[in-house]
Amino acid sequence: MTGTDIRNLCLSALALGICALLPLSGSGYWLSIGVTIVMFTALATSWALFSGPTHYISLATAAFFGVGTYVTGLGFETLPFWSLVGIAAVLGAVLAALVGLATLRLSGVYFVIFTLGLAELVRQVITWVQNRSGQKGLYVLTDISEADIYWMLLALAGAVFLAGWLIGRSRLGFALRIIGDDETVAVHSGINTALSKVLLFMVPGSVAAMTGAILAPRYVYIEPSLAFAPMLSFQVVIMALLGGAGRLWGPLVGVIPFTLLWESISSSFPQQTTLLLGVAFLVIVYLLPRGFVGLLDQIRQRAAPKDPEAQA
Amino acid sequence: MKRRTALKFAAALALTTSLATGAVSAETIKIGAAAPKTGPLAGGAAVSQWPNVQLWAAQVNERGGINVGGTMMPVEVIEYDDQTNPGETIKAIQRLATQDEVNFIVSPYGTGLVVAAAPIFARYGYPLIAVSAITDQQPALSKQFPDMFFTLGTTSALAEDTVKILTDMRDGGQLGNKIAMVNVADAFGIELAEVARGKFKEAGFEIVYDSSYPLGTQDLSPVMKGAKAAAPDAFVAWSYPPDTFALTEQAIIEDLQVQAFYTAVATPFPGYGARFGAAANGVMGPGGVNVDDPKFQEYAAAHETITGAKPDFWASATTYASLQILEQSIEAVGLDRKAVADHLRSGTFDTVLGPISFDENNNNQAFWTVGQWQDGVFKGVASRGREGAVPVILKDGWQ
Amino acid sequence: MDILITGLLLGGTYALIAMGLNLQYGVARIMNLANGEMLVAGGFAAFWMYTGGQISPFLTIFLLAPLTFALNWLIYKIMLQPLVKRAKTRGQLETDSILATFGLSFVMVGLMLMVFGGDYFNYSYLARPIVIAGDTFALNRVASFLGAVVICGALYIWLNRSRPGLSIRAIAVAPESARLVGINVGHLAALAFALGGAVTAVGGALLSTYLTLDASTGVIFTLKALIIVIMGGVGDVRGTIVAALLLGVVETLVATLLDPGLTLAAAYTLFILILLFRPQGLFGKKPT
Repeated sequence: MTGTDIRNLCLSALALGICALLPLSGSGYWLSIGVTIVMFTALATSWALFSGPTHYISLATAAFFGVGTYVTGLGFETLPFWSLVGIAAVLGAVLAALVGLATLRLSGVYFVIFTLGLAELVRQVITWVQNRSGQKGLYVLTDISEADIYWMLLALAGAVFLAGWLIGRSRLGFALRIIGDDETVAVHSGINTALSKVLLFMVPGSVAAMTGAILAPRYVYIEPSLAFAPMLSFQVVIMALLGGAGRLWGPLVGVIPFTLLWESISSSFPQQTTLLLGVAFLVIVYLLPRGFVGLLDQIRQRAAPKDPEAQA
Repeated sequence: MKRRTALKFAAALALTTSLATGAVSAETIKIGAAAPKTGPLAGGAAVSQWPNVQLWAAQVNERGGINVGGTMMPVEVIEYDDQTNPGETIKAIQRLATQDEVNFIVSPYGTGLVVAAAPIFARYGYPLIAVSAITDQQPALSKQFPDMFFTLGTTSALAEDTVKILTDMRDGGQLGNKIAMVNVADAFGIELAEVARGKFKEAGFEIVYDSSYPLGTQDLSPVMKGAKAAAPDAFVAWSYPPDTFALTEQAIIEDLQVQAFYTAVATPFPGYGARFGAAANGVMGPGGVNVDDPKFQEYAAAHETITGAKPDFWASATTYASLQILEQSIEAVGLDRKAVADHLRSGTFDTVLGPISFDENNNNQAFWTVGQWQDGVFKGVASRGREGAVPVILKDGWQ
Repeated sequence: MDILITGLLLGGTYALIAMGLNLQYGVARIMNLANGEMLVAGGFAAFWMYTGGQISPFLTIFLLAPLTFALNWLIYKIMLQPLVKRAKTRGQLETDSILATFGLSFVMVGLMLMVFGGDYFNYSYLARPIVIAGDTFALNRVASFLGAVVICGALYIWLNRSRPGLSIRAIAVAPESARLVGINVGHLAALAFALGGAVTAVGGALLSTYLTLDASTGVIFTLKALIIVIMGGVGDVRGTIVAALLLGVVETLVATLLDPGLTLAAAYTLFILILLFRPQGLFGKKPT
């Protein structure tokens, strides 16, 4: 571990600590926006951990998220909350592993639509089982406050960053970079591409399931159409891509401005929210072809044209 | 680090927006409303929720406002679209409470979204007069959120009264003993079907067809064919809007001969009567109103004049009544939210539906449970504690 | 027999939903997430013409087709062509078009909300029984099935017989080689995109005779269309037709013989199985 690494780690820990103070500000409004930001940070960063190097676009976030909310919805009366998050993590990882084993040989758009179909399939099966068992609506009435949820999500997001950083330094991360550059080369250098990809796919699966489990008390009422809403999968992809999926911190710089933009449009133009969100989207896509990471790189390049890192 | 600067940027952003929207005179009462304008529930909210908020505000302001301790204060409505997303509902209610600092907030729309918003209402001390939240969990919910009130009834009451109507018809020799029941496989349909299934068996009915179909099914003809093949005497569907229309159309096409035909959400919509015309005659659904009550007629006329659309025969009038309740509470005790909540618990309110008061579980005990299309209007045929129910008629073909 | 006909009728519905997207994705390489909104817009137009002027949806489509063709042509030229030009790789175009059309779908929902409001809309058209082989079916579904047959048939013949059609197929199979043999790829991609949009809008007009729609329902159709297109194989009209019919029959089979609650689960299982055993779709060419 080099000095820069230690410095970065300390700074990140400090930033995390500062973020953790948000609930103490007493503003429920900023806290609810904070929850949204942290939630999407965890989801989008973990998504990019897999999709950044492999270039696979996964729309399965809603499937894992929904499974997580159902774990909490079904188990919160009998089991302690922390164990539910753990169960969700394991279930999410197992589900992701199964999906990964079956599908990662699909390429490009086939994988995209497959994951979309998967989310719908899981939702249909859960709904059917719920219908068969005559399960009444799931009400998660707990004492868990929004601040608790915020802290848990923040810890999760921190863990995602740490995991991402460690993966980046590990043999797995190295292998994945090679796969991302050229899969044929990777195979020839003796990398088990399938295994690497499956392992990595378990990360977003598990994180999304945990996020769902943590957020269930916030939604109070769990029903399939809300827990598995496909919009979530799209939002995560959009935010990660807007930020830039190639860097660990890329999604973060997508999530924050995006959430704030979404919020300011929702609050200022309640009659045309959807229309203006769409327009904002288009503007971003056309003006920022390489996401916010690209924009920042450009600025840095201009500021320090000789910085070799910026040209990479 | 980055987040802190982003927060600063956002704070500046919020400041400018609040400056833009916050320029209202201190003499108005600010009412917040967050409900779907887009997303899966937007269609229902466009019929039952939004027009009533608009109507009520227009009428109050036409009268000069609400009388608060001798001063007439007009109301100003701040609306947000929650996109049928509980996360957005939570943010919107937060925003209304802390940024717009509204005096009161209208209940969101749809069980899931209302319940998701309940903790926020409770935290900031806003009373929540829920309309479109039908649940049997009222005791638990009102225990956790003491200022949450319910107006539209319970799941069990809706299902029980439907079964009771059919039982009475059977015992009167008008109806056979065979029931076909289907439900949409979502929380609402599952809950209702579950209660009804037990009650039908208790009442000695034979359920000859019992099935569910997923939300968003594009072809319900297999369902209707299956039901028809079982030769039922009555058909009951715990359905959502698109399927309510589709099931009825399929029943017409299959010429399903039953003495009683029931579909759920959207059956009381004026669009249902307009769509099926004479064929709708005899179709039963949830809700209903006393259409002969001059108060309802006056309300319906004003609804059409001001919003350009007819009210539905279930949640519309109840949504309007919930706003009347709020208005009367404010006139009685002023703008203090705690006092209003206490007044809601103890008072009796004169609404378009008749008098409304809340029991120890914050539940309105008087509500309509079953209605039926008769000669172009959807009349209440069963209720809990409401006057004016008309006798039920037999479903006589589809012509 | 009854199951088969019901299933085929539903398959016709699915073909109408997916055919336009197949052209847009297969040839123009635009994964159009606003596809469902175009369908709802077509439905709105039919609804409006029918309730306002008692004009049959089957006449409305003749007005609708050229209008939406022009509209989609403009969308492609103004919005999507710059993305195509700037994209260095196929992957980047895919990402960019997902982002852009996702934004476009929001814009379209917002516009429809402004113009028509958020209410459900439907109307009664040809809601009469028709007896085929001893069983009753809805006449509006049969009529729209025939509409689907005509549209798909015309497309198939056009793609296989006419010069622009053959060029479009060439692009779908090998865009690079097509350019080499002197095919104007940019021009034909715009043509395919516009044609796809028009087909989708016409499909929406036909579907509106028996489905209840509102401004926000588009996404449901987009999801279904994506799945059908991928199942059938990208860029192949036959594949989409076969996949749509197969899906319709399987859903009806499951609904009738097993449990209507499992129809969509069965549909997605079928989709997933097909992708696992034939990753390029039923009629797709193996990627080289």
